[in-house]
Amino acid sequence: MVDHSSPPRPPLSTTSLILRLAGIGAVVAVVAGAFAYVNGTLDPQRLRPKTLVNALETNNGVHPGFRRNHAKGVCVAGYFQSSAEARAYSSAQVFSAAKTPVIGRFALPSGNPYAPDSSVPIRSFAVQFSQANGQQWRTGMNSMPVFPVGTPEAFYQLLKAGAPDPATGKPNPANMPAFFAAHPETAPFLAWVKTAKPSASYATETYNGINAFYLVSADGKRQAVRWGVVPLSQDAPGDTAPDGADFLEKDLVQRLAAGPLRWQLNMTLANPGDPLDDASKTWAGEHRVLNAGTLVLQSSQPQADGDCRDINFDPLILPSGIEASNDPLLAARSAAYASSYLRRAGEVSPLHSAPQESKP
Amino acid sequence: MNAQPRFFAPLARLLHWLMALMIIAMLFIGAGLAASVSERHEWLIHLHKPLGIAILALVIVRLVVRFCTRQPPLPADLPAWQVLAAKASHVLLYALMLVLPLLGWAMISAAGDPVMLSSSVQLPALVGANAPLFALLRNAHGYLAYLLFLTVLVHLAAALFHGLIRRDGVLQSMTGTKD
Repeated sequence: MVDHSSPPRPPLSTTSLILRLAGIGAVVAVVAGAFAYVNGTLDPQRLRPKTLVNALETNNGVHPGFRRNHAKGVCVAGYFQSSAEARAYSSAQVFSAAKTPVIGRFALPSGNPYAPDSSVPIRSFAVQFSQANGQQWRTGMNSMPVFPVGTPEAFYQLLKAGAPDPATGKPNPANMPAFFAAHPETAPFLAWVKTAKPSASYATETYNGINAFYLVSADGKRQAVRWGVVPLSQDAPGDTAPDGADFLEKDLVQRLAAGPLRWQLNMTLANPGDPLDDASKTWAGEHRVLNAGTLVLQSSQPQADGDCRDINFDPLILPSGIEASNDPLLAARSAAYASSYLRRAGEVSPLHSAPQESKP
Repeated sequence: MNAQPRFFAPLARLLHWLMALMIIAMLFIGAGLAASVSERHEWLIHLHKPLGIAILALVIVRLVVRFCTRQPPLPADLPAWQVLAAKASHVLLYALMLVLPLLGWAMISAAGDPVMLSSSVQLPALVGANAPLFALLRNAHGYLAYLLFLTVLVHLAAALFHGLIRRDGVLQSMTGTKD
């Protein structure tokens, strides 16, 4: 055969042929090996999003269609009315517009969608603010003031301490005390838990964002904050949980039938020296607190077909004017929520209500 | 009679090497962010989205350049199965370069998330919010990215095979080197 496009080449010796083929194989193997390292195949010790979600499934069982954590909850809707106080600190439209629609979700902090409401003293509240310019702000808040641990690695160890023993089907009772003993950073959380009781209502709770963020002003100035919402209609503070497993949703529906529920959105400004990268630590001492506005909830929907069902309350979906801190839990939450969201999104049918449009 | 070109057009070669770098970086960024819970996850995702849109824009330019310029022919003595493999793998490469960014864009839309390329640059949603559609698109994005990585590996091996074993000018037609 004649090669028309290039002059004939002298044939390669067998040694040269083998060496060249081996060279090609080596190049391909190095690229494939680097890829297998990056995707975690060759780095099995690395904490991956699915490691965390698998641990949640091990502890709580797999409940198709439900969130892998904070599985039991209820959807709410309303709006946020801004005050003028946060405007100088953040250019986000949510603080300049008079009203911003919100979709939210109250929940229990467990991966078991059938957990009794009185089983834990913690309640959570997730909110999505949909700005008119198409940008969104999503936040997941909890009724405790600090997170038990400060790093994703410690959180994974916490989940492992709560994992059922294959022999008994229950967690080894020695594991959790051993975990807390080995993790002194859990002290502020444990001190809070001692005083906390399961509340009778979602409406009477304060919910804390816990992780630090930055408010960024129009001229680029950054102010570290922690935010939270405080109830304005606290009718029966200290009410303890009634009997029965499912009183929280009923209570919420009843209260909303009687009128809207309101929370004040507070922005606590960090003092110099406050930890910005450790959600297990409190910010001690006097702090300036901005009243950023009022969150008004008007209606609720069961989560099975409510508008909050398909929202991944990823704490790193932020509008221009709010930025993440370098708290390592934020990236871990974002990554693990995405993994949980993919699993459950594949287990549900489309919502029948009109899909929300995300505007450019 | 026009002689067949020995080299790809300079613009085609520039686009090839630029996109080769971008796509290999993109594959590693994507694999890395999907397997990380650290701060890496965040900055990789902030690279992944604008880089994906840049690849989408460039592949459209590249397809236009492909149809508007002449390609050097494959060597006449290339076995028929290798000719077929070369043509099929190029179709697959172009298709995946086009489809993967669109899948990424569509899956973010289906999740109901704002499609943000930076803290303030936003693209419109390609599809409405739909959770099961998100799961389908997200899985397709992952599996097809692995298929693209495998195709790139085969392409790399074949290019080296032409350059080092066959020494038939095919590798040079893209590097632009005379010999």
